Amino acid sequence: MKELILIAIGSALVNNVVLSQFLGICPFLGVSKKMDTAAGMGGAVIFVITISSFLTSLIYNYILVNLHIEYLKTIVFILLIAALVQFVEMFLKKTSPSLYKALGVYLPLITTNCAVLGIALTNVQNDYGILTSVVNGFATAVGFTISIVILAGVRERIEYNDIPDSFKGTPIVLVTAGLMAIAFMGFSGII
Amino acid sequence: MNKCVERLYNGIVKENPTFVLMLGMCPTLAVTTAAINGAGMGLASTVVLTLSNIMISMLRKVIPSRVRMPAFIVIVASFVTFVDFLMQAYCPPSLYDALGIYIPLIVVNCIILGRAEAYASKNPVLPSMFDGLGMGLGFTVGLTVLGAFRELIGAGTVFGFHIMPASYEPIIIFILPPGAFFVLAALVAIQNKCKNRKKKEYSDITICKDAGCASCTNMMCGGRVFAEEEAKKEEG
Repeated sequence: MKELILIAIGSALVNNVVLSQFLGICPFLGVSKKMDTAAGMGGAVIFVITISSFLTSLIYNYILVNLHIEYLKTIVFILLIAALVQFVEMFLKKTSPSLYKALGVYLPLITTNCAVLGIALTNVQNDYGILTSVVNGFATAVGFTISIVILAGVRERIEYNDIPDSFKGTPIVLVTAGLMAIAFMGFSGII
Repeated sequence: MNKCVERLYNGIVKENPTFVLMLGMCPTLAVTTAAINGAGMGLASTVVLTLSNIMISMLRKVIPSRVRMPAFIVIVASFVTFVDFLMQAYCPPSLYDALGIYIPLIVVNCIILGRAEAYASKNPVLPSMFDGLGMGLGFTVGLTVLGAFRELIGAGTVFGFHIMPASYEPIIIFILPPGAFFVLAALVAIQNKCKNRKKKEYSDITICKDAGCASCTNMMCGGRVFAEEEAKKEEG
């Protein structure tokens, strides 16, 4: 139990997926203009990454390892994630229209999010079991949500500030992200 | 033959993926802590890009257009696996460890799928090969330059050789994660500066509009299209 909590804190705060591992930079910069869209994207990412880290570690541990074809993991994982996102979208549409309304727009965008594949591969690299993988995936996605929501909050305020012309748009967002990364480095002391 | 040279020039200079198109930002930010890492990542991507462009161009009449994306992904993923094993066998372990998870993640690098979709699936094998080679080398140049810059400021060395005088105190933050954001911010700001000066040349880049912002790493467009629309609103 203690080990799981340590992994969770480690991947949510200390090794934050965006700010220190640079996975999922694209939605981090693309969908962080408004607080509610950022929260929606975060929710969708938590949902997909948790499910995908469960499925990928299940398939890796019980199929790929047993058949001694671990080297196919990249191909298997990327296809699995693409299919999973499609499936989750159809499933939500059918069963829970309200959840689909909240997350639906963001789902197709997640297939290309490198964080999903990145976490599946990290789980394999670190020899995590299924439970550990799910916890790690969930915590990483929570870390993503924390950072994208904070960035959206900051960006909403930046709108009103006077910024040099060349720094308008992406550059100032990157500077903000850099400052957030410095702040998150402070967490490295907890573990 | 002229066309091949033109493709090389296009990839390395005119549509440089790092400096002009701003594609593939995840590996750009992550591995440019040192010049050698940037060069290694760039070359690995070049190999994948060239081979997958050749393969996709050869199969372009066979793959039905409805399933082309999954087909492209499988082709790219196979070559990435292949490059991953080659690097594991022949690269210095320190380089392989530094690139780590970003080698399998070449699969989701949008430069590769972007070139497959935009060029290789519509053109003959030889130009496609040079297109991949040009784009890959452009990416390599971009990563190496960024890596050299960060290494120079953050550690006082380039490719491991001491450049700065011994009295130079390295600004370590530049080889840590936050430094990547700052360097990229400066790069985009410089680009904005040039772009404001000659606005017309950039007005035909509309890459971002196809797939929505989140799946797109073309960060230039995020700022630019937004700004242009705002300007239009103000005018109209």
